[in-house]
Amino acid sequence: MLKNASIKITSKKLNLQECYDFVQDDSCGGIALFVGTVRNKTQQKEVTNLDFSTYKEMAIKEIEKIAIKSLKQFDILKIVIHHAVGNLKIGEIPVIIAVSSAHRKAAFSACQFAIDTLKETVPIWKKEHFVDGEVWVNSTP
Amino acid sequence: MKIQLLFFGITSDITGKREDSIAINEKTSVKNLKSLLIEKYPKLKNYASFSIAVNTEYANDTVIIKNNDIIALIPPVSGG
Repeated sequence: MLKNASIKITSKKLNLQECYDFVQDDSCGGIALFVGTVRNKTQQKEVTNLDFSTYKEMAIKEIEKIAIKSLKQFDILKIVIHHAVGNLKIGEIPVIIAVSSAHRKAAFSACQFAIDTLKETVPIWKKEHFVDGEVWVNSTP
Repeated sequence: MKIQLLFFGITSDITGKREDSIAINEKTSVKNLKSLLIEKYPKLKNYASFSIAVNTEYANDTVIIKNNDIIALIPPVSGG
C-alpha cells in the first residue's frame, strides 16, 4: 500500500545501506538520515546494555501512520522507518529514519518529525540494564 | 462478557503476566476498565499513567469495550 515507505520492526541488526538504497532516487537532491545509537550512560549511571520490547502489531500500525503523515505533510519522496528489538549493546543501532527529497529542508523536517513522533506514540519499550540493576525508561517511578 | 488482556513493558513486570483474560459487564468504558484493572492488580496504582489500546488502537477513557476485544496496557513508550 505504501510504496514510498519502508517499515520494519526486527530482531536482526539494522542495515544502514538498505535504508539509504530504499530512499535514493535520481529526482532527489538530498537524503536525511537519523541513526539512533545505544549510549553508555544515563544520568551519570553506566549502562551495560538495553532491551527493547514491542507490541509489534500495533507498533507497525503506528509507524505506518507516521510514514503516511510525513509523506503528506512534507515535500518528500520516500521514507524509511526501521526499529530493532531485543537486546542491544552500547553503540548498536535501535532505530534508523531515512528521508529523501528534492531539497534538503523538507528531508530534515520530515526526519525530525518522524523520530519525535515515534518516541511519543509507537509502542516500543526500552529497559536499561546497569551494573547494579535495571529500569524501564520513562516508566519506573 | 470476556476480554483478553495484554501486558507490556513495566505493566508486565508488575503483574507478572504477559496476558490474561477477565470477565466484565456490558458497556464498560475504558475508564471503568482501568479501575477494574487496578482493583485486580493493586500495584498498577503507582503507574496510573498507562494508556489502553483496544484492538491495536489507542483508546480514550470514553470508549466502550465490546465482547472479545483485545485490550493492551500501554505504559509510557520509550522507543528510538
